[in-house]
Amino acid sequence: MGNKILDIKNLKRVFKMGSEIVHALKGISFIVEEGEFVTIMGSSGSGKTTLLNIIGCLDKPTDGDYLLDGVNVKLLSRNELAGLRNNKIGFVFQSYNLLARTSALENVELPLMYNSKISSKVREEKAKQALHAVRLDDRIDHLPSQLSGGQQQRLAIARALVNEPVMILADEATGNLDTKTSYEIMSLLQELNQQQKKTIVFVTHEPDIASFSSRTITLKDGKVIKDTKNENVRSAKEELAALPVSDYNS
Amino acid sequence: MNALNLLRIAWRALLRNKLRAFLTMLGIIIGVASVITMVAIGEGSKASIRSQLSGMGSNMINIRPSSNQAVGGGARIGASGLQTLKIEDVNAIRDHAHFVTAVSPAVQANGQVINGPLNWPTTIQGVHPEFLSIRDWQLQSGVVFTDNDVKISAKVCLIGQTVKSNIFSPGEDPVGKIIRFNKIPLKVIGVLSQKGENTFGQDQDDIILAPFTTVQKRILAITYVQTIYASAVDENSSDTATSEISTILRKDHKLKPTDDDDFTVRTQAELISTISSTSQLLTVLLAAIAGISLVVGGIGIMNIMYVSVKERTKEIGLRMSVGARGIDILLQFLVEAILISLTGGVIGVAFGITASSLVSYFLSWPTLVSQSSIVLSFMVCAITGVFFGYYPARNASRLDPIEALRYE
Ligand SMILES: Nc1ncnc2c1ncn2[C@@H]1O[C@H](COP(=O)(O)OP(=O)(O)OP(=O)(O)O)[C@@H](O)[C@H]1O
Ligand SMILES: [Mg+2]
Repeated sequence: MGNKILDIKNLKRVFKMGSEIVHALKGISFIVEEGEFVTIMGSSGSGKTTLLNIIGCLDKPTDGDYLLDGVNVKLLSRNELAGLRNNKIGFVFQSYNLLARTSALENVELPLMYNSKISSKVREEKAKQALHAVRLDDRIDHLPSQLSGGQQQRLAIARALVNEPVMILADEATGNLDTKTSYEIMSLLQELNQQQKKTIVFVTHEPDIASFSSRTITLKDGKVIKDTKNENVRSAKEELAALPVSDYNS
Repeated sequence: MNALNLLRIAWRALLRNKLRAFLTMLGIIIGVASVITMVAIGEGSKASIRSQLSGMGSNMINIRPSSNQAVGGGARIGASGLQTLKIEDVNAIRDHAHFVTAVSPAVQANGQVINGPLNWPTTIQGVHPEFLSIRDWQLQSGVVFTDNDVKISAKVCLIGQTVKSNIFSPGEDPVGKIIRFNKIPLKVIGVLSQKGENTFGQDQDDIILAPFTTVQKRILAITYVQTIYASAVDENSSDTATSEISTILRKDHKLKPTDDDDFTVRTQAELISTISSTSQLLTVLLAAIAGISLVVGGIGIMNIMYVSVKERTKEIGLRMSVGARGIDILLQFLVEAILISLTGGVIGVAFGITASSLVSYFLSWPTLVSQSSIVLSFMVCAITGVFFGYYPARNASRLDPIEALRYE
C-alpha cells in the first residue's frame, strides 16, 4: 500500500464559548493512505466541518496528533502552514467563501497569487483550465453575486483545483447542485483521484454521493462510529451517461 | 505576492470605497498642501529679503561708535550720543587696511528742504564720494561731488528721487538748481537713481547726499563722525576686513588689551545671516504648524485602516486559507495605507503649488515652491502611511484563519 498521507491520532477539539464548553471532536483516530477517496458522513453537528478544518491546516486540535504526510502539523509555524495550504491542499468550503466584487477568474487565480513561482501568464492559463473543468468558461468575468448557488459552488471547486494540490478537501461540495452537475463534479473528482492519484476527503450528507468513493467514515457526536471500505465503487461517468436526458438541463 | 499584484489589490480596495478613500486622503491633502504653501511663503520672503540685502552691497561694512563703559547696573549709553569716531579713524582705515577698497565717513541731519514755494522734510547725509560705490548707488543724471568739494565744504548736493518729486515739478531738471536745506543753499549737481524701499520699509530715495564736511561743519557743526562705511575687497574677506578695522581702530583709540571696543563693526553678510535665520525660523514654524495637520491626516488613515481590516476580516481569512502568509496580508494593508497617503500627497502637492501661486497673485506675497519641500512632503507621506498603516495591518496579519473566516 502507499504511504500514510493522513495519520490522525485521538484528535479532540473543544470550543469554549464563555462558560459553555462544546466537545465537537471527542477523540478521533484514522489513517488515510495516499490516493484514497474518502467520504465523511454524519448528521448535522456531528463534527464533520470541524474535522475537515483541522485536516486542512486551518484549525488546530485541542488535543491529539495530526500527521500530514509524516509531519506533525502541531510543530509547523504559521508560515509553513500557509505554504502547505497553498501548495498541497485544495479546500472547498461549505459556504463557498468567494471574494465578493471580484471576478470568477480572479477568484480562481487567488491561490496562485500567493505562489511566487507562478507568472501572471501561467496563472491566468491555469485558472482558465480550472474554470473549464467545472464548466464555467463562459462566466469568467462574472462576479460571484451574478452566479447561481450551484455556479458559485463550482467556482469554489475550481479554486480548490487550480493549484494542483495533492489533497482535495471538500465540505458538502455538491450540496447545492442538481443531480447532473453533482455527478459531473464527482466524475471530475474520480478522474483526479484515479488518474492523478490525488487524495480526496469529501464531506457529504448523501449516501448516493458517498457511493462514488472508496471508503466512508461516519461520525456521530464527535466520534467515528463506522469506517467501511466501499467494495462496489460506482463510476460517476457511467452514471452520468445513464441519466435520463431532460429538457431543462442541457 | 509580487509588488504589482499588491498595488492592484490595494488600488481596487480604494476604488471600491471611493468617497471614503477620498475623505481619508483629505487630511493628507490638506496637510501636504499647507506644508508646501507655508514653506513657499517662508522661502519666498527669505529669498526676497536676501536679494534686497545683497542689493545694498554685500561687501559693505558699517562702523558705529559704542560705549565700552558699563554704567550703573550694567546699562550702556545709547550710541547716538557717542563721539568716539573721528575723521582720523577714516584716514587710518584708508591707509592701513588691506582688505578694504573704499571707506567713507558719514554724518546725517534731519531738516526741511526748500525749493521756491515747495518744501519737504528729509534727511541729508554728509559723505565722501566713495560712499556711492560702497552702497552701490547710481546716478540718474549729473555728476558726483569730488574730493575737492569735500575739502572746501562745497555747497553742492545730490538728491534722491523722492526729494526730487516733492520739491521739483514734473519734467523740471533739478541739476544746476539751488535748493535750501535748513536755510543753507546747496546747488544740485546730480540726481540719484531710484532705489525703492529697503528691507525695513524705509524709503531709500528720500535722501540728500552732500560732501561730508558740508554737513558736518555747516549744518551740524560737530567735529566727530557718526558712522563709517567701508567696502571689503569681496564678500569672503569681509571677516578679515572687520578684524583689520578693529585692530586699527583699537590702536588709534589707544585702547588697552583689557578694554572693550568703543565701536562696533558690522558687516552686511552678518546682517543677511541674522535676518535669514529669523526668516528660517519663520519657515520652520510655518512648516511645523502644517506638519501637525499631516499627523492628523495620518491618524485619519490609521482609523480607516482599522475599519477596513475589521470589515474585511472574512476576506483576510479566505486569503489565508488559500495560502497567504502573515506578511502577505500585512503588505496588502500597508500598501493600501501608503497608496492612500501618497495619492493624497500628489493631490496635496498640486493644491499646494496652486495655493502658492494664488497667494503670490492675490496677496502679492513673494512665494517660492522649493523642490525640497515637495520631496520632503512625499517622504513624510510615505512614512505617515507606513507608520499609521502598520498597526492595523499587523493586526490583520495576526488573525487566525478559521476565526477570520467565521467572522460575520
Ligand atoms: N467556532 C465554534 N464555536 C463553538 N462551537 C462550534 C464552533 N464550530 C463548531 N461548533 C460546534 O461543534 C459542533 C460540530 O460542528 P460542525 O460544524 O463540525 O458540524 P458539521 O458536522 O459540519 O455539521 P453540518 O452538517 O451541519 O455542517 C457543533 O455542535 C457546533 O455547534
Ligand atoms: Mg459542516
